[in-house]
Amino acid sequence: MSRVTSAEKIAAARAEGRPALIGYLPAGFPDVETSIEAAVALAENGVDVIEMGIPYSDPVMDGLVIQEATNHALANGFRVAQIFDIVRGITERTDAAVMVMTYWNPVLRLGVDEFARRFAEAGGAGLITPDLVPDEAAEWQAASEKYDLERVFLIAPSSTEARVKQTVAASSGFVYCVSLMGVTGARSEVSSAAQAVVDAAHAAGAANACVGLGVSRREHVTEIGGYADGVIVGTALVAALRDGGVPAVGRLAAELSGRA
Amino acid sequence: MNASDDSLKHASGPYFGQYGGRWMPESLMAAMDELNETFEAAKADPAFIEEVKELNRSYSGRPSLLTEAKRFSTEACGGVRVFLKREDLNHTGSHKINNVLGQALLAKRMGKTRIIAETGAGQHGVASATAAALMGLECVVYMGAEDTRRQALNVARMQLLGATVIPVTVGSQTLKDAINEALRDWVANVGTTHYLLGTAAGGAPFPAMVRYFHEVIGEEAREQIIAQAGRLPDAVTACIGGGSNAIGIFHGFLDDKEVELYGFEAGGDGVDTDRHAATITLGKPGVLHGAKSYLMQDDDGQTIESHSISAGLDYPGVGPEHAYLADIGRVHYEPVTDTEAMDAFKILCRTEGILPAIESAHALAGTIRLAARKIAEGAQPEETIIIANLSGRGDKDVSTAAQWFGMLDSEAAENTPEGN
Repeated sequence: MSRVTSAEKIAAARAEGRPALIGYLPAGFPDVETSIEAAVALAENGVDVIEMGIPYSDPVMDGLVIQEATNHALANGFRVAQIFDIVRGITERTDAAVMVMTYWNPVLRLGVDEFARRFAEAGGAGLITPDLVPDEAAEWQAASEKYDLERVFLIAPSSTEARVKQTVAASSGFVYCVSLMGVTGARSEVSSAAQAVVDAAHAAGAANACVGLGVSRREHVTEIGGYADGVIVGTALVAALRDGGVPAVGRLAAELSGRA
Repeated sequence: MNASDDSLKHASGPYFGQYGGRWMPESLMAAMDELNETFEAAKADPAFIEEVKELNRSYSGRPSLLTEAKRFSTEACGGVRVFLKREDLNHTGSHKINNVLGQALLAKRMGKTRIIAETGAGQHGVASATAAALMGLECVVYMGAEDTRRQALNVARMQLLGATVIPVTVGSQTLKDAINEALRDWVANVGTTHYLLGTAAGGAPFPAMVRYFHEVIGEEAREQIIAQAGRLPDAVTACIGGGSNAIGIFHGFLDDKEVELYGFEAGGDGVDTDRHAATITLGKPGVLHGAKSYLMQDDDGQTIESHSISAGLDYPGVGPEHAYLADIGRVHYEPVTDTEAMDAFKILCRTEGILPAIESAHALAGTIRLAARKIAEGAQPEETIIIANLSGRGDKDVSTAAQWFGMLDSEAAENTPEGN
């Protein structure tokens, strides 16, 4: 089973002189099978790192598009343990690194160690944790080291220098640079704050700083690629899947990656 | 916590045993740090302490009375002496004013011009709108769409006070979703905005800070009972949703080991059904809205929707200090059903001429149960004293109560045994 890491994929993109493209989709949306197919379509159209989100009842960092998609998945009966089947389904068919984005309570409930073990067995690369800060992550630190998983924490325009340092030190794989103060959702322009966040991450020693929130178009990818190591697109892909199914996801991914 | 002795008072957080902490997005960490620093500095500033005291005295009407409920004791409690801590008499009609005045002062100290708040029953929203009007702050209140229907009168009150009320139509459309939306607003507007959280939950410093502003309830009650009855009570009771009124009154008695403390959770249709909000009784530890605490959740860690006739108790979480006090056995937590609460609601109206908030009626129902238990255990009723925290008045609940008792239309009245 492949255990491709996000760090490897970002390094490979850098070698090609481009930023890595990271694509988010909700696990189980609109159903488990389709979410696997959509993720495979991402990988086949130039996405380097796939980020599958675990639907959660209280997604405070998500805007309406992702909330509605994850609610749909939950209403369809999505169960957290299915994330391991989904990750396995994607890693068996692609050479993308597969990350999982998850609010922390579902991991806590299953047990941090057990979640990490089963996730690693499924071929997952690491976790992106929007409501877990390094201050509370001792248990995750231990489990991620034990199973060799990447820890992606977030930094924001509001993060102090001390917190950026702490977060970069605790992270592995990449650091998720939140481009603006707000929740997920497509915006017409990339926040002017994004570059400062990336610069702060690099200054604190981050090898890989990737930008997310409000990124939806090819020109955003190009612009952010000028200073960041990777670009994260979520809401635009979710809306494409919602409106046009797997083919639409493939088309948008190709456009974002510059293949179309 | 003070390590030099075993006092439970003034626990500063961020952890209460294994509970508490800050399980929330990095985007909010700077604001939480700023709030914590501002709060710590204010607590050490005599001018701030005096400002809070003066507002409590000249604006809220503190100290609130401690009223002996003699007919309630005789009619419902077998003669056990019951004293009501009258937070219902505060300006805006509940204990919530204590916390909002304190936090609004802190918001001004931080130079914030806008406050946002969540509300369930509307008590905290009304209190927040009031404090904002008093201090010249913009105010936005998030309220579950279901709750805006249950509490339409309070929506109008908030609007009259100049606040914008935003109905929340996502999720279960109740208090937890109102908190989610308020957090999303806060992330986007944290530079100008203070999130005036209304209960003793959330990430640090909220639980300890909200408790600090409500400690006055317990301090007053302790002095008053000694003055009026000549001794400490045998027990103190309070209703508990997030737990702010409860932690406020309990705090005064935490170190009085002979005083039993009881928190009564919303049992809804009963804890043997799936329609309740008995978080400590049936929940499991987890993280929600910034703190680790007991939580109503399924095997996947998804929050379970709570149910209660009381919008203010209809919350699937509980403050982390309560979780700790439950684990160490200092406070006993028990569920009270909708029916028990409404029976107690009616009894208090008829025996004392006091219309309680349905939230507070849970404490009254628990008090009735506790009195019966004490008598069954051999206590002399007239030598037994219970203080019940009457956290709010029931004006906002008249329509819910009238519906419950079948007073609204003649057909319902005829078909309902309790109907008039």
